[in-house]
Amino acid sequence: MIAEAGLIALWLAAGLALLQFALGAVGVRFGREDYYAAIRPVAVAQGALVAISFLLLIVLFLRSDMSVALVVKNSASVKPLLYKFAGTWGNHEGSMLLWVTVMGMAGACIALFERSLKVKTLVTTLAAQAFISLGFYAFLLVSSNPFERMFPVPPDGQGLNPLLQDPGLAFHPPTLYFGYVGLSVAFSFAVGAMITSDVGPAFARAMRPWVLGAWIFLTLGITAGSYWAYYELGWGGWWFWDPVENASLMPWLAATALLHSVTVLATRDGLRAWTVMLAVVAFSMSMIGTFLVRSGILTSVHAFAVDPERGSFILALLAIYIGGAMALFALRVGTVKEGTRFELVSREGALVANNLLLSAILGIVFVGTLYPLVVEALTNEKLSVGPPYFNLASGPVALILVAIMAVGPLLRWRRDSAKTLLNRISIPIVITAGALFLLVLLTTSMSVLSLLGMALAAGIAVASLAPLWKRNLRRTPLHTYGMVIAHFGIAVALVGMASESSFTEERLVAAKPGDEITLNKWKLKFEAIEPVAGPNWTALEARMTVQYENGNITEIAPQNRMFASAQTQTSEAALLTRWNGQLYVVLGDGDAEGRWQIRTWWKPFVTLIWYGGILVALGGTLALVGRLRRKYLQRKQKEYAELVL
Amino acid sequence: MKAKHQRLTLAILALVALVGAGLLATFALQDQANYFYTPSDIVEKKPVAGKAIRLGGMVEEGSIRHEADGVTVNFIVHDGTAQQPVIYTGITPDLFVEGSGVVADGKLTTDGTFMAESLLAKHDENYIPRELEGIDMTGNMTKTDTLVE
Repeated sequence: MIAEAGLIALWLAAGLALLQFALGAVGVRFGREDYYAAIRPVAVAQGALVAISFLLLIVLFLRSDMSVALVVKNSASVKPLLYKFAGTWGNHEGSMLLWVTVMGMAGACIALFERSLKVKTLVTTLAAQAFISLGFYAFLLVSSNPFERMFPVPPDGQGLNPLLQDPGLAFHPPTLYFGYVGLSVAFSFAVGAMITSDVGPAFARAMRPWVLGAWIFLTLGITAGSYWAYYELGWGGWWFWDPVENASLMPWLAATALLHSVTVLATRDGLRAWTVMLAVVAFSMSMIGTFLVRSGILTSVHAFAVDPERGSFILALLAIYIGGAMALFALRVGTVKEGTRFELVSREGALVANNLLLSAILGIVFVGTLYPLVVEALTNEKLSVGPPYFNLASGPVALILVAIMAVGPLLRWRRDSAKTLLNRISIPIVITAGALFLLVLLTTSMSVLSLLGMALAAGIAVASLAPLWKRNLRRTPLHTYGMVIAHFGIAVALVGMASESSFTEERLVAAKPGDEITLNKWKLKFEAIEPVAGPNWTALEARMTVQYENGNITEIAPQNRMFASAQTQTSEAALLTRWNGQLYVVLGDGDAEGRWQIRTWWKPFVTLIWYGGILVALGGTLALVGRLRRKYLQRKQKEYAELVL
Repeated sequence: MKAKHQRLTLAILALVALVGAGLLATFALQDQANYFYTPSDIVEKKPVAGKAIRLGGMVEEGSIRHEADGVTVNFIVHDGTAQQPVIYTGITPDLFVEGSGVVADGKLTTDGTFMAESLLAKHDENYIPRELEGIDMTGNMTKTDTLVE
């Protein structure tokens, strides 16, 4: 019965989404303001119903209800509870339901909490939101029903892809989805403001928390995904320019640009049309990301079973949404009045440069990701664009971008002079030059890009803290701290990236138990090889003891796992983290002479890459909390003032 | 600065940035567009030794030879018409066997051997190299369609 109840809830939610769209569209089109009041409760009910539907699917997975086809295909009764839970969205249907659930709940939140926006704009926003949801509801109900029953009921399920049986990955997709959906909300706001000609600071302030929230989730999702690929694939790399990685990077780049331009719009009422355009682009990128991953057009770790019907459905949705959004923008951009002006050397100027450079990187990644697909579709010729392209093309632009990031916050709004700016950034420049000099002098193996990256990072780290210089730290607003921490996080990540690419040491040997391996200052002793067993896998485990210089002896145990349900092997790397880097050990195959392949890496400061990502997300969170609190206080103040009057 | 001038300057700057990025992308792509080679492509196009390329094809039956050091493997990749000797030092993917499809990133040496830095095997259920899809030479490359996120 649970499955049927879930399906009914889903149908009802879809019906309410239709009603929500109709109420908004008719209401705004024909000026029926009596419809406006109804749209909020409808949006809340829609969010609640779709959430119930998703919860019921979770219950089905937790109970391992093998009469439901989706559970059979993606779960097994012996699986640990956490992965039964995560298995709910570790598949096509479940992840689409998760998408539309988050979307519905976001709509409910807007309906409940957004009070500062003009009613008409809010209603249009909710209608746009419902319109986007409708496509996904149709997709679920027509071609990917998650609640489908299966007869006869099989004794057990087929299990989840073993690579995905990992706590990090259990929460990686939902994190990205929150980000994608947040951008769709920002897009709905943009549509609302375009249709009602209400593009201005109030719109920007209403949209900003959603952009910030989406951006935080995307940052976390990308950081987690990168770390997951790093330790789970056993290749020792942290970014592969895989199309699926790019699919999450592109929305992040657009969201980063949008985040900065929406600040200009909210604070200075500038960059109106541009901000709306970016909202459209950011949403398009998250749709393209979903399309690339979900349609099976890319065959990689992430792609789902190739299903042409589903692929075409998503492609059609993509065309309707992006085409519609672009058309709407083209039609309505004329009604967006020009915003406030500013000089080139100003905070706004730096933010424009930030936006242009981010767009340039976005373009480079976009071309590199889609070019092979387009060429293949047109000429049937297979080709691939690899890391050399992405690094060569986006690296230099990214370095200029981070240099401007250091300068921007030190500029005044509206107008500033280049001379005083030079004065303010003299210390970071000296530090960068000094770092560059030292690095050239002391190191031999660094590439130009890493060299510049590392030197710049040193300067940026200092410059990013400069906005706090000589300020009353207690009265500095929370969002300023947020910016400082996020920018500092970029510098931290940059050091990690440059260090990883320049100073990594690797050794690959075939060793017998008892052999010793040295790597940099590490001494590794291969003690023994033993079979071990987990809940649904067996493994060969290499027992090793490792010692850094004369420090403590620690045991590590890289494994090769065999999964019973999927007849797949995965390699479980052993990682040992020190403050100054990570030791990474992978176990390979054994040979006839009793030797085992052991691959080891010493990666100095590699962890800074992900710590940087976490700092960036933390900065975003502080900014979000600061903005929301200020919004709340302002509303309280207004209410109080009205009370007194 | 006058309003008109400001808009113009911004537009020109934007244009310069976009054109710059476009040029950069084209320049990098030109170098990369033929990143993927089959053994016959290598015979035909003769990529420069030392240039990073990706090689794809089938591992020839009976060609895998393990070196005495236990970590280096020699094999031949073919595509039905041409053959390409490959050296790889590292841990081979679980499903790397004779007759399977592989994609290798690496470079050609001056003596014409391909030095692979990384290997992906077609039969690896978790990762099918996109380029090998549809290249069918031995008949045992069935499409794996059980991928799940």
